[in-house]
Amino acid sequence: MMQHTLTPRRWLILVAVMLGASIGDTLLSTGMKHIGPVSLNHLSALFFALKNAWIIAGIVVLLGFMACYMTALSWADITFVLPATAFGNVIVTVLSRFWLHEQVSLSRWLGVALIVIGVGFVANGPSRTETVETAAKVEALP
Amino acid sequence: MNPDTLHTWVTIFVVVLTATAGDILIAGGMRKLGDLDDIRAASGLFGAIKAVLSSSMFLLGITCMALSFFSLLYALSGADLSLIAPATASLTFITTAAAAKFFLKENVDSRRWIAALFVCAGVALLAK
Repeated sequence: MMQHTLTPRRWLILVAVMLGASIGDTLLSTGMKHIGPVSLNHLSALFFALKNAWIIAGIVVLLGFMACYMTALSWADITFVLPATAFGNVIVTVLSRFWLHEQVSLSRWLGVALIVIGVGFVANGPSRTETVETAAKVEALP
Repeated sequence: MNPDTLHTWVTIFVVVLTATAGDILIAGGMRKLGDLDDIRAASGLFGAIKAVLSSSMFLLGITCMALSFFSLLYALSGADLSLIAPATASLTFITTAAAAKFFLKENVDSRRWIAALFVCAGVALLAK
């Protein structure tokens, strides 16, 4: 049974959580592809990566994501918020394929589908948004 | 498993481990604080920011997140986004669910564990 305890503003924050991580990661990936492979002996290259415009854009988007994510965590269980990021996997795969032009194999698409279905199981699950009383009411229903 | 693949998965593992520690510490810190919307209503935006930044659990969590971020950059420099992003995000989901049960005493019911199984199968397919 679905509990409509989330306000539109909270749904909006969950949508931002979903999109933010995907777009942020794609920007980071673009930046790192520009920089090229970093070797374990030259990890300092990772700090210089912070000067790259793509990486900076990615960080800005991910900071926005973090702000929404932390707000969501203050009113919901972490296992309830994480499914929102799971659908982001589909978005990131689409972005990898059509923006970064990566080869995405059929099994990789299937893997993403399984992950989203799996996480979909918990999307309506118990969360901090339901109080002990409403949980007791749900259990009392036939 | 060839050395490159092993290297990629070790990197993914490091990203997942640090991200999980960060998630749990931040969630624990926020839980101690209470509903941020209420705090903001009571003491304004700066009051809310001050409350968050004065939590040591939160700061430790942020440190873990920073480590995770650089590991992610490292991972992305050597492998496809379409492998790294879903694999790190979904494995973090599983380890966080497990850690949430043990450290935060969240109620992880059987549905969430079934979800974790699906996610594992999905990640196995990603690697192919």
